[in-house]
Amino acid sequence: MSSVFFQAVAATIIASSIPLILAAIGELVAERSGMLNLGVEGMMLMGAVCGFIGAYFSGSTLIGALCGVAAGMAMAALYGLLTIGFAVNQVAAGLALTIFGQGLSGLVGAHFVGLKRDGAPHLHLPWLSDLPYIGHMLFGEDGFAYVAVGLVAGVAWFLRYSRAGLDLRAVGDNPASAHALGMPVGGIRLKAVLFGGACAGLSGAYLTLAYTPFWSPGLSAGRGWIALALVVFASWKPWRVVLGALLFGGATILQLQAQALGIRLPSQMLSALPYVVTILALILLNLRRNRGSLTPAALGLPFVADT
Amino acid sequence: MSVSPWRFKLVTRANPSRALVLLAPVLAVALALVFGALMILALGKSPLQAFDVYFAQPLADPFSLAEIVVKASPLVMIALGLAFCYRANLWNIGAEGQFVIGGTLGGGIAVATHGMTHMTFWILPTMLVVGMVGGALYALIPAVLKVTLGVSEILVSLMLVYVAQLNLDYLVRGPWRDPKGFNFPVTAGFDTAATLPPLWPGGAVHSGVAITVLLVIIMAVVLARTRFGFAVRTAGLAPRAAGFAGFEHRRLTLALFALSGGLAGLAGVVEVSGVINQLQPSISPGYGFAAIIVAFLGRLSPVGILVAGLVLALTYIGGEAAQIAMKLPLDLTTAFQGVVLMCVLAADVLTHYRLTIARRAS
Repeated sequence: MSSVFFQAVAATIIASSIPLILAAIGELVAERSGMLNLGVEGMMLMGAVCGFIGAYFSGSTLIGALCGVAAGMAMAALYGLLTIGFAVNQVAAGLALTIFGQGLSGLVGAHFVGLKRDGAPHLHLPWLSDLPYIGHMLFGEDGFAYVAVGLVAGVAWFLRYSRAGLDLRAVGDNPASAHALGMPVGGIRLKAVLFGGACAGLSGAYLTLAYTPFWSPGLSAGRGWIALALVVFASWKPWRVVLGALLFGGATILQLQAQALGIRLPSQMLSALPYVVTILALILLNLRRNRGSLTPAALGLPFVADT
Repeated sequence: MSVSPWRFKLVTRANPSRALVLLAPVLAVALALVFGALMILALGKSPLQAFDVYFAQPLADPFSLAEIVVKASPLVMIALGLAFCYRANLWNIGAEGQFVIGGTLGGGIAVATHGMTHMTFWILPTMLVVGMVGGALYALIPAVLKVTLGVSEILVSLMLVYVAQLNLDYLVRGPWRDPKGFNFPVTAGFDTAATLPPLWPGGAVHSGVAITVLLVIIMAVVLARTRFGFAVRTAGLAPRAAGFAGFEHRRLTLALFALSGGLAGLAGVVEVSGVINQLQPSISPGYGFAAIIVAFLGRLSPVGILVAGLVLALTYIGGEAAQIAMKLPLDLTTAFQGVVLMCVLAADVLTHYRLTIARRAS
């Protein structure tokens, strides 16, 4: 395999794993606080459409990305209101958020279907980007890639070493004890959910600002759900999210490159690959009996302080 | 953070308020209508005109009424099974996939027997059974993975939706495509022997609707009067109590997934043999997901689901009418359905908790 082809494949794998990393790292933080938000797909779609619109009018990728973040946070706030404010079942509230986001993003973006804009520029780091073989691959990405890696590093540090991270984990594992110790359970969970929404929104914005140069309804195509699976696959450990996302990115790219590689399978079978891989990954992970998994003990359970 | 001297507090009710159990969904729909009106205003249209087109006109037109009943049928059938699952805290959210698999397998029999003229009486019953069994087996994949390995049933059942849709897409574009179909991605039209007859001669309502009504009655009796129903009702609240009733949680999980998948599969095959009469790349406008809303709007009870199914079907029919008459996009219907579910869930809190306003301790 020529190095040009290899580099092209590697670059596309990285590109398709970035939205998964972004959405999954946000959901990971929310889940570590005990909030299972199944609305990732809906938040991503809203981030995608609002990001596109913001960038289209401002001409700035950065402003577009910020619009995406804001849209994701607004959706997350809605979820927080339902689950933390009204103690609604988290699974049902998350599903509602996804259905709502699918419809609303279609409504908001109706007039923007078919419009195009230039993708986010790829950064050129002097010296590093010119390294042979790996230079273009590792140091020639767009800004989102660096933000994604930075977020993972930040979250890993935050959860492990910071006081607030310790509180967040306590709330996710035993909200009653955390409450008894005087921690604001609802407040901490709301912040975690909002962070998850911001990341999902940014992930959606990446799809319309860098991955494809346009908006089309439902363009996230289940990536929000794969991000949710990725959190489980990563056993709630931040750096494993990156590993998992590259694996899933690879499955997506295999589907695109199959023709070039001479694999003759129906296109639908290749399109189903990422979903099948997700299921297989979950099976393999559970076969290992969850050794060392950091599953939050109170994940998905509502908490109402009765005293 | 908050500086207000007052704060809202949720206090658990010992017993859910009976009046609110009935009132909450009505309040929720009313609230959802307010949000719907705001969305329509934001689109620059008149909410009053939209409500007229969405809700009033379909109810006044006998043809639309028949359409509402036909659309409500799959929603109710799927939601019946989902409600049993959700009561037991089991999250089958892949009913859309089980619906598609049921329609695909049942429809496959219609395709295979196309053109048969003798001994055709067995085709339709076999289609219904195969669709139901297919949906049940498909739902058992996440259930088996959950009880043996502890894999999340939420994620697996959802991933399988995409797989089922792509599988149908492949079949109707490939091996099952009608050779005389001018290259359209559809199978041959079903023969009469593979088509559900209308409820009465010449009627617009197919006989699958009768199956749905029958199922509502059966499921209501099962839930209220049988040991299995008791196990389902208690499983979510007190899993150990369900065990005492003779239903160990793993067995209950398998049974409920098979039940909900079977009903979704049956709904799928009823849809293709009663409404579409052929297979095409997409056989559902999202019934499997809308049925989740129906299940909650109907308060997870069979009779409530019947009413909720009709309400949701009305939004589909009204949405189509509004698209034609007022150029309102179909996404408005999806967004509105999401709002309805959120309002239903939020209103539910009033039945389980008492909202009190307390003075903040200084």
